This record gives sequence, structure tokens and C-alpha cells, in this order.
Amino acid sequence: MRHLFAAAAVVAAAITVSFLVLPVVAIFVHVPPGKLIDALGSSAARDALVVSIKTSLIAHLAVLLVGTPAAYAIGRNRFRGRALVLSLIELPLVVPPVVAGIALLVTFGRFGLLGGTLDAFGLSVSFTQAAVVIAIAFVESPFYIRGAIASFEGIDDTLLEAARTLGARPFRVFARVAVPLAAGGLGAASALALARGLGEFGATLLFAGSLQGVTQTLPLAIYAQFEVSFDTALAIGALFVVFGVTVLLALKLIPGWTRSISLWTFRSASSPSTSS
Amino acid sequence: MALVGPSGAGKTTVLRALAGLRRARGRISVDGHDWLDSARGLDLPAEERSVGLVFQEYALFPHLTVRKNVEFGRKGGAALLERFGLATLADAKPRELSGGERQRVALARALAPDPAVLLLDEPLSALDAHTRGEVRTELQQLLRAADRPTLVVTHDFEDAATLATQVGVLVQGRLRQLGTPAELVASPADPFVASLTGANVLRGRARRAQDLTELELPTGELIRSTDPAEGDAVAIVYPWEVTLSPTPPDDSAQNHITGVVASLVPVGNRVRVRVGPVTAEITADSSERLGLMVGERAVASFKATGTRLLPQP
Repeated sequence: MRHLFAAAAVVAAAITVSFLVLPVVAIFVHVPPGKLIDALGSSAARDALVVSIKTSLIAHLAVLLVGTPAAYAIGRNRFRGRALVLSLIELPLVVPPVVAGIALLVTFGRFGLLGGTLDAFGLSVSFTQAAVVIAIAFVESPFYIRGAIASFEGIDDTLLEAARTLGARPFRVFARVAVPLAAGGLGAASALALARGLGEFGATLLFAGSLQGVTQTLPLAIYAQFEVSFDTALAIGALFVVFGVTVLLALKLIPGWTRSISLWTFRSASSPSTSS
Repeated sequence: MALVGPSGAGKTTVLRALAGLRRARGRISVDGHDWLDSARGLDLPAEERSVGLVFQEYALFPHLTVRKNVEFGRKGGAALLERFGLATLADAKPRELSGGERQRVALARALAPDPAVLLLDEPLSALDAHTRGEVRTELQQLLRAADRPTLVVTHDFEDAATLATQVGVLVQGRLRQLGTPAELVASPADPFVASLTGANVLRGRARRAQDLTELELPTGELIRSTDPAEGDAVAIVYPWEVTLSPTPPDDSAQNHITGVVASLVPVGNRVRVRVGPVTAEITADSSERLGLMVGERAVASFKATGTRLLPQP
């Protein structure tokens, strides 16, 4: 009986791994590699690559710039409603991207919540590249901020206190002590968020549309090319697999990043001050 | 100055309040500068108080070299590195250092901005027993050289007596006694201070007996003292005032307690011997001469004039 179960477990593991890996391998065997690279040269693929790189980088930069101090503030302070704030940050993780797209439309769209205000400034974001950036930032930021909060929470309180007693003002404590000490976790979170942002599809399609050279990112190009040029769609897919493998390897191989992954569960709120 | 007390007495709380790392009420004034004055609503943040704090586990920045750690508070720490014997370690990271070296870095870092007050939180507790004595002596010299108001917090009276000229005993947030180490040993304010300074504390009931006071222990044995006392009281005898012998000696000592030797602990060239309820500290030489062994009977003797009596709180 015991042997039977052990054997069944091994078979289950084999099925799981094959099920997950086989489709990825299929991308590369369906069309010869040379043809894949040729397909990437098509105008649709090239335009999408430019749009994707540009919008992803801008969105990612914005997430790092705003998300890092935000995560520091949340990670290093105990306040009423903290658990609620943590849950709200994770909301985009559980809401389907398509829903996120509709939500962004009714927020920033012409007739949305903030649309009137934006209109008054002569701004109209929906179906522009700015909309792509907003959609990407929206779906990737929880990935970064979650990891960043955990990394800041993991810093020994006394190190930040030591910096203060040495005369460091809040920004210097943040920049010279907290960020360097959290660097491993911040790097890993940043890589995961970037990967998630590049793959963003649903929210972008609804909020920004799929206009080649303007709002058509790589994932949208796959969908658009699907019936036009299957090889191009496949080639872009292969590009994603290569990028994904790179991120995974980085997470496994960069020591500071590896260590931080285990921290990525929110710790229960504990008092930041110690006394004895 | 040192603050001594059991864990939970509030020693660290006092340090953190002084450094501005913990909310406090009252008034803190250093060199004519007010840091805290609740009445006026003044409460300077930690970074604006001129204080050097050496943390219990030193709290060195692990991502910075020794030099960068020392220079965090103020640039130009070359002379300081030299003075603390850290010049050769300037480019090492804290994790490569020994406990004693880490402590020197922490002290140099705290002194670099030339603080008005130096605070040390259990400076020796992070060290192994065998390096402790050495580092303590070293720290004593460094503190003397630093020459500024210093507050050391520790649970160990010996550490406090070595590092400070004034020792305050803090229990449950209250200052029980303040004095030089010698004063605390000579006249402890209460049984707790006495036991903290290393004395034997024997509880019993006191009554007058001619010129002396007799204290009856729960075991029925009598202890005589020249101090007056009445009712529930404690006798206080320092281990170095207790002599040991195989049989009750015929000498001037009034007090003899016969008991079984429970333990023999060598401490340097001395041996701490536990006989019944009393601990005696005798030379290793004497211990050998008497052939003391655990489990055998011995008599602990001490003079009535060397026995202090305090009312039991």
C-alpha cells in the first residue's frame, strides 16, 4: 500500500512537471528557431517591442519611485487600519485584469470619476500611451510593494535607531540605511513586478486599446497577430519565455534576491520598539 | 555613572528615553540645552539630541565598512580609528570582527560626533564569558579616555562597579539607592541591593539579646549582629567575610553555621563555596589546605561586627 502511494506520487509529480513545461517547449519546436527570429523582424513585432519597452520602463520607474517610500512608511510603522491598507494593496492581485481595465476606464476615462478633472486640464488619457503606462503600473505595483514592505519590515529596528542617534534625518535613514539593507528584497520584488508588467494584457486592452505603434504592447500584438501571422505571435511568445526564464534564474542565483523570497509573507504586526 | 537592576527594571527604557527613541514625560536638560520639557511641549527627536548610544548588540551597519560605520555620524574618523586600534580593520565589514572589536567600533561610532552624553546599553552582555573580563578592562580605559558624562546600563554589579564611579540600583522603575560601589557594599539600603552586590541574605526574626541582636533563622540557628533590629529582618554578610573550617573554631567569631558543602566554584585564584544557606569566598590555597569536598560537612563562621541587619520590607 505504501509503495503504491509512493509510486502514485512520483507519477503525479511527473504529470505536473510535464503539463507545465510541455507547452513552453512546444513554442520552440513548432517553428524552427531561425524562422522565429525572422518573425520578430516584422513591423508589428518591432512596433510592439518599442511600445512595450517604453511603457513598461516608465510604469516601472514610477512604481519604484512612489512604491519604495510608500512601502517604507507602511513597513516601518504600526497604525490603525494597517491590516486594511495591506489588503487594499493586494486587491489588484485578486481582481481579474479585465475588471481592472474597466475600473481604470471609469476612473480616468472621459466620463469617469477623474475624467472631468483631467478634461479641464486638456488631458485625455484613455486609448493613449499614458493609459498603457497606467494599466501596467496598476497591475504590477502590488507585486513590488508587497515584497518591498516585507523587506523593510525585516530590517532590525536598532539599525535605524542607531542611524537616528548619529544625527541622521529621516531621509538619510531611509536612503543610507533602510534601502541598502532592504536592497536584496527590493531587487527581487522589482524583477517580479517588471515581468508582470510586461505581460499585462487585459487591463491594457480595455483601457488603452490595441493600436499598433501606439498602445499595442507585446501581449496585445500576440493576440492581434494570432490570425494574421501565427509565426509572429509564436515568436513574441518565445521572447516572453526567454525573459521569464531570465527573471527566474536571477531570483534563484542572485544571493540577496534568493534570501528575500522567504520573507515574502507579511509578518504579524509586532511592536517596533523593544524594551527590557 | 551606571544603572544596575534586574531585567524588566526599566534600565533600557531610561536610556531610550534619554536618547529620544521612546516617548517620555518630564524634563531632560544637558549642558543647559533642553531636550525634553513636557510642560513646554518640547521633545527633541533623537537625531537632534547630542547623544552617543552604544546598543546592546552594537547595531553596526552590516552593509558598511568599519570606517564608514565610524564616519556615519561625522566625516573624518581617521584619528578615532587609530585611537581605538581599528586602523587595520578600517575596510573590514562588521561580520568579520570579534565581539571586542565590534564593541570598539560601536563606541568609536558613538563618540565620532562628539556627543554631550554617552549611553551604553548592556555593553558586555553580547560577549562570551572568557572575553568579557578583558573587554571590560579595555572598555574601562576607553571610557576614562572619552571623558564625558556616561551612563552605563547593566544587570551585573561587578560590571557597574568597574565601569562607573556612581552606581544607581533600579528596581521596577524606581531608584532604590545611589552611591559609589563601595557605599552600596558598605551600607546597602535594602536586602535587594545587598544581594545585587553579592552579599548573603539570610531571613529570620530578630530580638534583642543583651548588647547584641539575635536573628533566628527558620532552621533554628541563631545569628548575632551588633546592629539593632526587631521583628522580621535579614542578615547581610559578604562572602569574603565568611571563614570555613571542618569543626567550630574557638575564636572571636560569634556566628557559626554548620552545613553540607553544596558546591565549589573556582573564580580565578579564589573559590566560592556554598555551605548550607551561606556562600563563602576563600582562596584556592585555603580550599586545598582544608581538603573541602562537595557533600562533606563544614562550618561557616563570621563575626557579629561584620553582619548587617536590615528590616524585611
